[in-house]
Amino acid sequence: MTAKVLTMTSGKGGVGKTTAVANIAVALASLGQKVCCIDGDIGLRNLDVVLGLENRIVYDLVDIVEGRCRLRQAMIRDKRLEELYLIPAAQTRDKTAVSPSDMIRVCDELRSEVDWILIDSPAGIERGFKNAIAPADHVLVMTNPEVSAVRDADRVIGLLEAEQKGPASLIINRLNPDMVKRGDMLSVEDVLDLLAIKLIGIVPEDENVIVASNKGQPLALDPKSRAGQAFTNIARRLMGETVPFLDLDAHNFLDRLLGRK
Amino acid sequence: MAFLFGPKKSANSAKERLQLVLIHDRTDLTPGQFETLRDDLIATISRHIDIDPNAVMINVAQDGREQRLIANIPLRVAGRRRGK
Repeated sequence: MTAKVLTMTSGKGGVGKTTAVANIAVALASLGQKVCCIDGDIGLRNLDVVLGLENRIVYDLVDIVEGRCRLRQAMIRDKRLEELYLIPAAQTRDKTAVSPSDMIRVCDELRSEVDWILIDSPAGIERGFKNAIAPADHVLVMTNPEVSAVRDADRVIGLLEAEQKGPASLIINRLNPDMVKRGDMLSVEDVLDLLAIKLIGIVPEDENVIVASNKGQPLALDPKSRAGQAFTNIARRLMGETVPFLDLDAHNFLDRLLGRK
Repeated sequence: MAFLFGPKKSANSAKERLQLVLIHDRTDLTPGQFETLRDDLIATISRHIDIDPNAVMINVAQDGREQRLIANIPLRVAGRRRGK
């Protein structure tokens, strides 16, 4: 196995990176892929709670880097999916506990063990971001259809180009089709015009995301959730499938009843 | 026209504002520095050839993620200068 390393980043905080990493990882694992997520947000770890694995943490990323445990010992196996693992961030340290070359070393060791390594970058463009993108083969940039998130995404895309980590792929998260229709939210086309990078996913706003994180059960497996479906579609596209983007207008009740989306 | 179509949609304002902000973010030039660049260009060109400073158009054009400085500088007709 030679894993592909994907890093999720956004510049701005709170756009949904951690939820997306959890859900894309779950979706890839449920498609039969072996996946390891790495929480890159040292000091503010969250991927463990979103995945519902917070009670199983013994070792973390900093323990691996500082030689207190072997890589395998810090990989927490998911409760539901055999082929899904998490390497949690340390909670009591800061971003400087890990360097970009540490991240490259850890990922190189991990590459032979899994098909996919998904790194959840912290917000910002400082050390944590640099750590998260250093080992990346491909970077996913997440934004919301909102001015501050789009501006920060543009800045991050520029930095990725400068670091020769481009071209990145874009995920537009929390799109509200009704607001777009009213002219009160940037549309997918608007965001693509502004950022001018390749789109890999559109995720509609969905209350189920909060419900799922309350329970620590990512919703990618829930066929009724439109956000879950969108994350599964992203996983399929990452695997090379051509999957049409969700038609966000086709959400009338009859269509859903008949399973036509 | 605005009274016919109602107030401008907020998504349009968002897009227009972002277009301007992103140009300056990407070029690392503030609007003030851009004005200085424009004045310097006009001053330099004017030393060599007669132009109308008010007709000069200098813009940053976008082509995907590439940016290009476009200057449109109409020259004054040489014949008119003689009559001055």
